[in-house]
Amino acid sequence: MPEYMLTVNGQTRRVDCGPDTPLIHVLRNNLGLKGTKLGCGLEQCGACAVLVDGEARLTCVTSASNFEDREIVTIEGLARNGTVSRVQQAFIDEAAAQCGYCTPGMIIAITALLDWTPRPTRAQILDALTGHLCRCGSHARILAATQRLVRED
Amino acid sequence: MTRNPSLVKNPDLDNWLAFTLDGRVRVQIGKVDIGQKISTAVLRIAADELDLEPGRIQIMHPDTIDGPDEGMTSGSNSIEEAGNAVRLAAATARMRLLTLAAAKLGVELDDLEVTDGTVCARATNRSISYWELMGGKRFDCPIELNVRSKTASKMLIIGQHTPARDIKNIVTGAHAFVHDMMVDGMLHGRPIRPPHIHARLKDLDGTTVRAVRRDGIEVVSDGSFLAVAGTDEFAVIKAAQRLATAATWDASQNLDAHDIYQQLITNRRVSLPVVNGTPKDGPLPRVTTLPEDAKATHSATFEKPYIMHGSIGPSAAMAISKNGDLEIWTHSQGIYLLRAALAEAFSIPVERLRIHHRPGAGCYGHNGADDAAVDAAIVARALPDRPVLLKWTREDEHAWEPYGPAMVLQLSGTVDKNGTICAWSHETYSDTHVMRPRPGVPGLGPSRLMPVKFLANPAMEIDPEPNRAHHGGIHRNLEPLYRIEEPRLVKHLVRDLPLRTSALRTLGAYANVFALECFLDELAELAEEDPIDLRRRHLDDPRAWACIEAVAHRIGNLDKAPQDCGRGLGFAQYKNTKAYAAVAVELMVDQTSRVHLHRAILAGDAGQVVDPVGLKAQLEGGFIQAASWTLYEEVAFDPNGITSRNWESYPIIGFDNIPEIETILLDRPGAPFLGAGEAVCGPTGAAIVNAVRRATGVSARRLPLTPDNLRRAALG
Repeated sequence: MPEYMLTVNGQTRRVDCGPDTPLIHVLRNNLGLKGTKLGCGLEQCGACAVLVDGEARLTCVTSASNFEDREIVTIEGLARNGTVSRVQQAFIDEAAAQCGYCTPGMIIAITALLDWTPRPTRAQILDALTGHLCRCGSHARILAATQRLVRED
Repeated sequence: MTRNPSLVKNPDLDNWLAFTLDGRVRVQIGKVDIGQKISTAVLRIAADELDLEPGRIQIMHPDTIDGPDEGMTSGSNSIEEAGNAVRLAAATARMRLLTLAAAKLGVELDDLEVTDGTVCARATNRSISYWELMGGKRFDCPIELNVRSKTASKMLIIGQHTPARDIKNIVTGAHAFVHDMMVDGMLHGRPIRPPHIHARLKDLDGTTVRAVRRDGIEVVSDGSFLAVAGTDEFAVIKAAQRLATAATWDASQNLDAHDIYQQLITNRRVSLPVVNGTPKDGPLPRVTTLPEDAKATHSATFEKPYIMHGSIGPSAAMAISKNGDLEIWTHSQGIYLLRAALAEAFSIPVERLRIHHRPGAGCYGHNGADDAAVDAAIVARALPDRPVLLKWTREDEHAWEPYGPAMVLQLSGTVDKNGTICAWSHETYSDTHVMRPRPGVPGLGPSRLMPVKFLANPAMEIDPEPNRAHHGGIHRNLEPLYRIEEPRLVKHLVRDLPLRTSALRTLGAYANVFALECFLDELAELAEEDPIDLRRRHLDDPRAWACIEAVAHRIGNLDKAPQDCGRGLGFAQYKNTKAYAAVAVELMVDQTSRVHLHRAILAGDAGQVVDPVGLKAQLEGGFIQAASWTLYEEVAFDPNGITSRNWESYPIIGFDNIPEIETILLDRPGAPFLGAGEAVCGPTGAAIVNAVRRATGVSARRLPLTPDNLRRAALG
């Protein structure tokens, strides 16, 4: 199998995988980073989002080989020395998760939004979360968590 | 309180609580956490009752070897059953421990106080811990049903908010779902499905099978059951796609895709009168003779399509078969029932099967979880000694989960000259809502495991019997809570319908309440009665009225919505005995007949509040999911199969239509805890449809409220 060099959560790792293997399978199975979730494999639900050079990108279709020389950050890479990021803390404070399957993708989307746009409008928040599905109905709490960060900023 | 089935089945204290030598308490329950945070609520109950820091308590994953069998996690029963069982277990334990401590310390019971598990005699200041008292031993006693538990005013933890026990792991990606299991030598598995439930395998191209096997992929086939397994997950996904093209299916019997609402009222059926919430044998009640001077008489038919659970994570399970023993990890809501049905399907003794619960994505009822566990088990049995983690694809979940049934609801009613409802009829037509693998006649359990239908030795098909439980399936919340003399209530269990159905959040209650509460508004309008006042005058229960009053007050005058907007309201007490919920919404219908939700007010009374934030989250989640059903959802199919196969062909609510939500909790200290995951769904459907009617003048009686359905309703 071909080898690729991927930089994930600050570490550069060599992975062996097929040229068409989507990034999510490499993250989960080759690198053991199970926090990124496979929801649809069709880029329709947002569960598999990670940060790529600071932008939220879906990983369930695009092959890992396309991510060489990029900075990938997964949900596991957001906490620093055991301290959760402010987006993660806002999710805890607002109880913004029930089953938690969509949560990593949501946190990634909001992290990317706030990194680029510290004071987003409501329309910008909705735009960042478009394509992120939640079935438990935590939407209002996720929006509240985001707005809490905008206020605090 | 009525008898608690969890305690009847599991009376031993040691089955629930263990004081381990590391200074902790292990609590084992049989209800599974499916995102509703039952384990957090139970932890708080145990901590409060035992006077322990919550951090000392571990809630274990349910498992068929250890811990109590609490049957199914369903029906909003967990807080009542597991919560009260743990409360009594903890109170019994505390009483035993204090009795031991009193003897050891030489004081009376009343002289003792407990701080984080250390029992101290006030007078002498001598103390001893729970763990020293237990010395690693068991209680060896039953839970005392009449034990004195803490009064509401003494509770320090219950009613306060602390973050859910799993939330930090969820936000950091460390929360382990069954999908995330990884063990040495593990194979990834994927099933290959036929076009639809009636299709059977005619031919499998041998060349493709050999080619797939040459690539190191295992092919498992048994009758019409097909699956692949291998070490590389993506290679397995591709092999499954390849094998799907190699299969030819005999699909001579197709899905009957004629108008489902016609099928519901014309197919053969079992019809039972429902009296006081319970189906009875005997003739259907006659239609009441109406007074001549009635103010208004009205009848209307409401329709609800098939809807899906739509878990964000497709179902998955791990299984390993070793020396004839089968071990499974699953997100099933009923591991004991699954074990019994699987043992019967495979003709193996139940003791040779061990099932562990592991988290899955939120399921909201009987989704693909059990069937994925069966798939994994079949593959594991074909490949002994190798752990198999089998996952469904998005398409598998959409096309193969058992759906919430389509339903038709026919209502009629009359308001007399005094403004009193003097006649009421409500007939509900539906397929079964209860196709979980429950034990019953031989073959019943296996017949409800979808993959078993495709084996060379398939399960036989068994028609479900009508559910006769109080507020059971089709007739859940068919009986109005309103005071109406001799309402005419009928459930119709309809046969020969095209899609496989089972339990989805609220069972029949969502559609029954939607129809009942919309009909009530329509009837009020015809009778020129205020719809809220009409409700008030027909309610005897002050807790019911308190919910309605709370949302009515906050939403404002129903007739004074902003321009182009409408306000509407809905109410129910779940099963007429559980949590109360009222919903009011304000929404706008645009020129293209799209509905935009602006505001929602929810009021819930779930007895004594255990966790206010958890309870609010349950009510809000129920509201948002039911809003999604009401506005967007319908399983589409044609004779060749399900056509709702992904999120584009089965859209659900997104962030663009989430209203501002205000949630009001009506706390009842000292009243029994009640589950709240379902109470709000029916009122939500009614509130939205009632608001659309006020905004547009259109009575939209067919769900979902898509622009097409709204335009059709406007044309009459």
